[in-house]
Amino acid sequence: MSFNALIVIALGYVLLLFTIAFMAERRAARGHSNWLTSPWIYTLSLSIYCTGWTFYGAVGYAARSGLEFVTIYLGPTLVMVGWWWVLRRLVRIGRAQRITSIADMVSSRFGKSTPLGVIVTVISVIAAMPYIALQLQSVTLSFAVFAQTEGVGWEQNDFNFTAFWVAIGLAVFTVIFGTRNLDANERHHGVVIAIAVEAVVKLCALVAVGIFVVWGIAGGPSEMLTRIDQSDIVLWNQESGRWISLIFLSGAAFLCLPRMFQVLVIENADERHLHIASWAFPLYLFMMSLFVVPIAVIGLDLMPAGSNPDLFVLTVPLSEGRSGLAVLSFLGGFSSATSMVIVATIALATMVSNHMVVPFWLYLQGNQQAVISGDVRHVILLSRRLSVAGILLLGFVYYRVSGGGTALAAIGLISFTGSVQILPAMIGGIFWRGATGVGAAAGLITGLVIWVWTLFLPSFGVDAVISQTVMEQGPYGLSWLRPQALFGANGLDPLVHGIVWSMILNTAAFILFSLVTFPAPLERLQGAQFVNVFDHSSAAPAWTGAATGAEDLLIMSQRILGGAEAQAIFEAEALRQGKVGYLPDVTSDFIERLERDLAGSVGAATAHAMIGQLIGGSSVSVEDLIAVADEAAQILEYSNRLEAKSKEQERTARALRAANDKLTALSIQKDSFLSQISHELRTPMTSIRSFSDILRDGVTSDAEHEKYAGIIYDEAVRLTRLLDDLLDLSVLENGQVELRAQTGHLSDLLDRAVRAAGLHEGPLKIIRDRASEDVTLTTDIDRLGQVFINLIANAQKYCDAKAPHLMIKVSEDSTGYLIDFIDNGSGIAPDKQELIFEKFSRVADGSKAGGAGLGLAICREIMQRLGGEVLYLAQSRGAAFRVRLPQVKTTTALEKT
Amino acid sequence: MSQRPKTPVFLQKATYRQRRVRDAAKLVPVLGAVLLMMPLTWQDDAQDTTTNASALVYIFGVWIVLIGLTAVLSGLIRSSPEQVHKETSEE
Repeated sequence: MSFNALIVIALGYVLLLFTIAFMAERRAARGHSNWLTSPWIYTLSLSIYCTGWTFYGAVGYAARSGLEFVTIYLGPTLVMVGWWWVLRRLVRIGRAQRITSIADMVSSRFGKSTPLGVIVTVISVIAAMPYIALQLQSVTLSFAVFAQTEGVGWEQNDFNFTAFWVAIGLAVFTVIFGTRNLDANERHHGVVIAIAVEAVVKLCALVAVGIFVVWGIAGGPSEMLTRIDQSDIVLWNQESGRWISLIFLSGAAFLCLPRMFQVLVIENADERHLHIASWAFPLYLFMMSLFVVPIAVIGLDLMPAGSNPDLFVLTVPLSEGRSGLAVLSFLGGFSSATSMVIVATIALATMVSNHMVVPFWLYLQGNQQAVISGDVRHVILLSRRLSVAGILLLGFVYYRVSGGGTALAAIGLISFTGSVQILPAMIGGIFWRGATGVGAAAGLITGLVIWVWTLFLPSFGVDAVISQTVMEQGPYGLSWLRPQALFGANGLDPLVHGIVWSMILNTAAFILFSLVTFPAPLERLQGAQFVNVFDHSSAAPAWTGAATGAEDLLIMSQRILGGAEAQAIFEAEALRQGKVGYLPDVTSDFIERLERDLAGSVGAATAHAMIGQLIGGSSVSVEDLIAVADEAAQILEYSNRLEAKSKEQERTARALRAANDKLTALSIQKDSFLSQISHELRTPMTSIRSFSDILRDGVTSDAEHEKYAGIIYDEAVRLTRLLDDLLDLSVLENGQVELRAQTGHLSDLLDRAVRAAGLHEGPLKIIRDRASEDVTLTTDIDRLGQVFINLIANAQKYCDAKAPHLMIKVSEDSTGYLIDFIDNGSGIAPDKQELIFEKFSRVADGSKAGGAGLGLAICREIMQRLGGEVLYLAQSRGAAFRVRLPQVKTTTALEKT
Repeated sequence: MSQRPKTPVFLQKATYRQRRVRDAAKLVPVLGAVLLMMPLTWQDDAQDTTTNASALVYIFGVWIVLIGLTAVLSGLIRSSPEQVHKETSEE
């Protein structure tokens, strides 16, 4: 295998990639993109995580530090298997907000802020530099290996020369496929399909080398395990700090690296692809790492001492004379390096053009009106192409400056730590509505400064940027600022030290400044949309009072998107609004949609600024937000009021129904009373009339005369009593009664009442507790007595027990005396208890009762006059009445009534 | 002044199952983190127990288990909550 043949194979491979990318673009342009957007292509495109660093470096890493190398893959595995937490949210937000890059994500979240976009871009570019240098290094090293087999030892110049041409080649490919068009959603089908192919190639290459090593050299898995056990490498010698921080670091970097964000979020065509990728990508990582340890172990055994373990993947097959396998492995490493560089430069170029160049250009343009269709588009594409070249140039410069000597893994980890500084702002932004732009900026800048000081600058080597003295004693002798022992923390591994301090201080600054600052209205609006992205909440309009014509908007859109595309959008909108022609009405809805379309090309901040320029900066204001909130609050209040009202009406209706029921019952009572009273009146009247008739006709004897006169008299008395009762009640009800306060003894009063009730007529037995009756009362004794008589007489009349008895209990509580009359009859049915105190009410048959149903009504009236009450005690057995008497200290109260 | 909850408190069986699958999916990374921290408790001096091979097999074993678990759960998860609602309302 000659070196020239290798060059030819490499070029042929590149040509193949060009062809595939070109065909994919063609297919996508024709609309046949189904196959291009399958979840498998998506999963494979994620494999750019496995760069040249992985391909070559992992083996070297394993040879040096044992199993620590897997942390770099375990972090992303945890992120992927936990996709439901963060990735799903990021993808949904990226889709909803037409995010173009991670800088756009942060900038958009914090009120489409241009400065934040710039900060994130700067961090990403600085962090990517060492990484791109790393890829150039790995490609040139692999070329050098093949040159060596021909007996040509490479000089530094050869390395530089190769690195330079590799960079040029990558720039050309990226410019052609990554910046050819300005797509409305930033997808690059050609690039994605090319990196998918490269993903397959590198996996096959590594697995092939692995299989060769395990089965070809070691002789099978069990022999391999024995050799691993016997090897000098100590696989498990982990310091817990490094193990944990590296897993965290790689997981975080997986989300924050611009190129990973590009393939994870922006190139994602369908959220459902995550279902597959969530396990398929970890499986890919698993396969990539499975043979790393065997290759390292065999490499250490076979290769002469002092050979670079980073290149075992190439040198082991070569040393065994398997040049075909070595070429495949070379292509795998070449694929890893190139695919990473291509995507990273696309992502970074998008960020640089959208967040730095275009805002600056627009600022320089000012408000000049003479605009040409597509001029912004032109500027963006040009700036992207230049950015691609610039970023690759920076990577090359870093490669030259650092000398390409440091172990691959170390540079990679430093680069990771730089990117991870974006994590707090991003995660805080999508989960915490209280995060503010100022907080995000403070966190990002703090993290960047600490990273540069503790990791980035020292990575150039001792005395390169930071002198040995500063490393050991701190700048100006400030020992607490030593780059690898910040604030005196000198017991940590330098990398862990850098990760821990930068993340802690970054997060602390982010949270602290978020807590003490107040976000701008647009920031709050965006914050709500990001955090509640799954709620489908209708957002407050971001534009109000659109005082601009559709033509102006069209001209502006044409500047960005070019004539045909912009007109297509406007036509579609006009069609949607049901208008004939090309120009739709300018509604705030339309402006918002248009802004999102534009944001898909130039980023949220620029799109917002350009539309703002046109509309006159009348973006959402605090008043608008408050108005929206007020409206919602008013609606809520109104509905609450309605609810309260309807409840009140329900209550009223219930009360009315009850009253109606009572009235109906009373009316029935009254009817029955009328017939009763007429009957009651008629009976004595009939006897009076007939007996007085007999007397008038002449009486037979004196005895009879006396008897008849007696009957007439008795009947007249009965009539009078009935009328007296009625009169009494009416007097009581009208409040015309005069109460005479007397002082008496309750016991005496009860004695009198029992006597007056005429108990001799029935078997009713009275049970009393004379001790408790020892109470002196000051009230209208006569009236009270009347109440007692009534209650006792009632018991006598209605108690239906075989051995009837009536218990009179006297007790006292805070309000006064309670006198209970409880009999052992069947009591009063619950449905009647309501009515017994009404006039004319009769519970039992009229035939049995002697009265006209006025007794209890009179009792109630009397007790009300006396300031007390009489009520029915619903209890399980027997009828029970309670008389409540207030404790009257003076008699004045009584006299007043 | 309580707003009506957007989703019903009690769910149909299918929806309920779906929710629990999602819970399980959320817990997989936690499980993974715990299992991957386990080796840190291994004693350095007990060389006979912590051989190179056993460490290798443990780590890769945990890894493949996580992958398998996620594959099963992701297969069971239906893509969007809207879909779940629709399906339950159709039942």
